[in-house]
Amino acid sequence: MEIIMIAIAACLINNVVLSQFLGICAFLGVSQKSESASGMGMAVTFVLTLASLVCGVIYRFLLVPFHVEYLKTIAFILIVAALVQFVEMFTKKFMPSLYEALGIYLPLITTNCAVLGVALLNVQNEYDILTGTVHGFATAIGFWLAIVILSFIREKMVYNDVPGPFKGFPIVMITSALMSIAFFGFAALK
Amino acid sequence: MRLKKDTPVERIWNGIYIENPVFCLILGMCPTLATTTSALNGVGMGVSTMIILMLAEFIISLIRGIIPDRMRMPAYIVVIASFVTIVDFLMEGFTPALYDSLGIYIPLIVVNCIIMGRAEAYAGKMKPVSALFDGLGMGLGFTIALFLLGSVREIIGAGTWFGIKVTPASYVPVNIFVLAPGAFLVLGFLVAVMNKLKIGAGRRPGVDPTQGNMCGDCANCMKLGMCGGKTECIAAEATGKEEV
Repeated sequence: MEIIMIAIAACLINNVVLSQFLGICAFLGVSQKSESASGMGMAVTFVLTLASLVCGVIYRFLLVPFHVEYLKTIAFILIVAALVQFVEMFTKKFMPSLYEALGIYLPLITTNCAVLGVALLNVQNEYDILTGTVHGFATAIGFWLAIVILSFIREKMVYNDVPGPFKGFPIVMITSALMSIAFFGFAALK
Repeated sequence: MRLKKDTPVERIWNGIYIENPVFCLILGMCPTLATTTSALNGVGMGVSTMIILMLAEFIISLIRGIIPDRMRMPAYIVVIASFVTIVDFLMEGFTPALYDSLGIYIPLIVVNCIIMGRAEAYAGKMKPVSALFDGLGMGLGFTIALFLLGSVREIIGAGTWFGIKVTPASYVPVNIFVLAPGAFLVLGFLVAVMNKLKIGAGRRPGVDPTQGNMCGDCANCMKLGMCGGKTECIAAEATGKEEV
């Protein structure tokens, strides 16, 4: 039951983009078209779930036994970078159709702070490996939801007459602010 | 204002105004939005990023000759992550209150686009002293942006500035400005003001990640070429043409 609450909280209440500000770069950059937004969401879900699992395992069975927990930042960023490379090579070789769908987004995820952020949050909140992986997956679904909603709004917004200085980045920020207010409604789920 | 290239003064002015990482290059958005709930938090984040940026750029510039070209990304990551870990420890020891309020965003300095972007775009090619001052300039630009954002949010949202009450007693603080939506809103308006100033001065507005073909993750994907040229590189073009 607790694990379901953690998942709902990670996905909706503490939405990774709209309330924790992780993964903003991708959120802004890949939200112009709904198809690419969805592709990015899918790639993030894939990598984030896998990264939470691998980082959880390495932390539990390698860093803790050797009392080098303080190396977690260095270890996690290298794991994420290596994992992304590996996933890219693996899907290219064995799952070409998946590679077609995710390929171009994968390299962008290495430095997506949501991936490292969730791995660190899992350690900070002392989640076990299963809870951590579910937390990672739910966070990624929250990211997917937010980026797809933003892309739908932006596709409509193309036809609006936005004042000069507000064109582009500022209006997207203001849209995100309104989305963030809307997501406050989910706080009642707690 | 025209300054000789790659001198300390030029680098600092470049970081603060010409290529301000937040307002012009739109880099490092995650800490910018997340840690500016008050002016003090904003400055704390800005200064710690600045220190890491200077040290990392200096060291990367020193070792640029001995890193094989294909291994430079992982090498940069290790250098940056080491400094982040050191700063993380120092802050935990000496500024525990700030450490608690910045929380997870201190280790996340590792993935701050500004640091990777400058390492690749500047420190990997230039002399150590220029790189050090480039780090100082960019870091100051980042700190000033965070200070501005934090001040606006704190004054409107809590009626205080660096924890001191500055608004009249009749003012009711608009709480939402210190919450998540306020961050997006204030940054949107500040960038719009910067754009207005630039259009007024006859300069083109800065880089806009939202207009990219695929990704706005400029520092990471575009300048680092990690996408292998599969995506259109708008940001790099725009910064290249930016008149100085």
